[in-house]
Amino acid sequence: MSVKVDIEKRLGDFHLNINFEAADVVHGLLGASGCGKSMTLRCIAGVVAPDRGRIEVNGRVLFDSEKHIHLTPQQRKVGLLFQNYALFPNMTVEGNLLAALRGQQRETAQKKVAEMIRRFHLEGLERHCPSQLSGGQQQRAALARILLTEPEILMLDEPLSALDSYLRWQTELELMDLLDRFSGTTLLVTHSREEVRRLCDTVTVLDAGTGRGAMPVQALFDAPETLSACLLSGCKNYSRAEKIGPDRIRVSDWGAELRCGEVPAGLQYAAIRAHHIESAEGPGENVIPCRVQRVIEDVFSTILMAETAGGTPLRVELEKADFRQTEAGQTLYLRLPIERIMLLK
Amino acid sequence: MDLYPLYNALRIAAISCVIVFFLGIFFAHWVAKLPRALKGILDVVLTLPLVLPPTVVGYFLLVLFGPNRAFGAWMMSTFHLRLTMVWYSAIFASVVVAFPLMYRTARGAFESFDPTLRASAQTLGLSNSYIFWRIQMPYCRQGILAGTVLAFARALGEYGATSMIAGYTPGRTATISTTVYQLWRTNNDALAFKWVLINVAISFVVLMAVNLLEKRERREAR
Repeated sequence: MSVKVDIEKRLGDFHLNINFEAADVVHGLLGASGCGKSMTLRCIAGVVAPDRGRIEVNGRVLFDSEKHIHLTPQQRKVGLLFQNYALFPNMTVEGNLLAALRGQQRETAQKKVAEMIRRFHLEGLERHCPSQLSGGQQQRAALARILLTEPEILMLDEPLSALDSYLRWQTELELMDLLDRFSGTTLLVTHSREEVRRLCDTVTVLDAGTGRGAMPVQALFDAPETLSACLLSGCKNYSRAEKIGPDRIRVSDWGAELRCGEVPAGLQYAAIRAHHIESAEGPGENVIPCRVQRVIEDVFSTILMAETAGGTPLRVELEKADFRQTEAGQTLYLRLPIERIMLLK
Repeated sequence: MDLYPLYNALRIAAISCVIVFFLGIFFAHWVAKLPRALKGILDVVLTLPLVLPPTVVGYFLLVLFGPNRAFGAWMMSTFHLRLTMVWYSAIFASVVVAFPLMYRTARGAFESFDPTLRASAQTLGLSNSYIFWRIQMPYCRQGILAGTVLAFARALGEYGATSMIAGYTPGRTATISTTVYQLWRTNNDALAFKWVLINVAISFVVLMAVNLLEKRERREAR
């Protein structure tokens, strides 16, 4: 069971260009809003036509611009959960589910619907209209409706963003159960790296319409390859970088030279996570002298904004236990451990 | 009091209303899918009868359907069907004049239809005709109903184009509006007043219906 996508689509100034493969996993499409994540799902579902490219699901070609294959959404057998759930407002919950089984025998359809209603905890709501349901109930009804069509892949468009934070955690747990039980490939669109980390196995990072390849979620957080992937993974510190030796770089925004791992070709940036920076006793290798700008007390850690010689401050997160009393204005030596420096294209 | 004008006006309005219902929905649905430039031009053409004087509409209809004109003469010779100065001539006039009302309200209703509903229905495997009749039409029914009622009211009140293409023949082509004018012209004030009251009453009921529909639509939108 696999999904292969390689498509391009122009829409005014916006240019979507994405390729990735995913098989039997929960695959995340991660990106800021307006970067083409939803558009990608719509292209796969067939409600939007890409300009060029190829889409394949389980070996079945859904779209191929060169061979002029363009299946209708009805022929594609893919399930797409829309951000607003798109339940039909003129039908009851039961009617919505029965609509998905149109063409099947009434009795079998009703049996399947009853089973789905039980599985998604919608008992007692069969005769309700979608507008009478809470956000979480609407989502469950929409998911039940999609699964009744037995789709080959499941696509979820920001499934948690429309819910308030109280409901979100509960819904996310339910979603995890569902994803565990769904045997096919799932594509999950989100702007939240936390959701990717918790729900996905692999991920494609989309930056202003461009997304190249899939990577394991772990790799996104441990060793992102591009600056946009690095920023989306939650890293706050980055500087322009240039190679000055086989394992040495100059980071001009921090006004320092650093020793690091082997410098890759096409290096443009170096980055380091706030909680990977250590405080040092004095000058040394990979130690940057800084002036403390601000001290921010967080719940479990202390955050320092430290001004560097290059002008760009470093954000440093220190465990409260490791932390000696520091005040704004004080000079501080910060060590950037060699193995923690991320070299980015 | 001869009630033929009431009967004739109601049947003309009812038939026109049915025709306009389907024509208006068809064009509203079709125009929405056209490329932008063509859509703009066609939209103006289809709305034109709303702002043209009815006499201008009547003129165009006579040019097209008159017994001495190409189309009218052809209908006459092929089907022995006279298109002017008979009771159903007024249907042509009513349809043209009432059409923009239906077309514009239906278009407005269709534009308010959430496109993700269509998209999700398609991915669920539902046919496009099912989506149109069972999801989109119910979703837009208040607007479409309001448009239909307005079109009916307009067709009932049609005078200018009707008087040109159907004329006034008592017991044959007379409608309420042409009867009122004829009675006024012949100084039969009392009877004219009765017909005026009948017309006002019908229009009042119709507009009340439109208002109730719109109020219900607003409530459901909340």
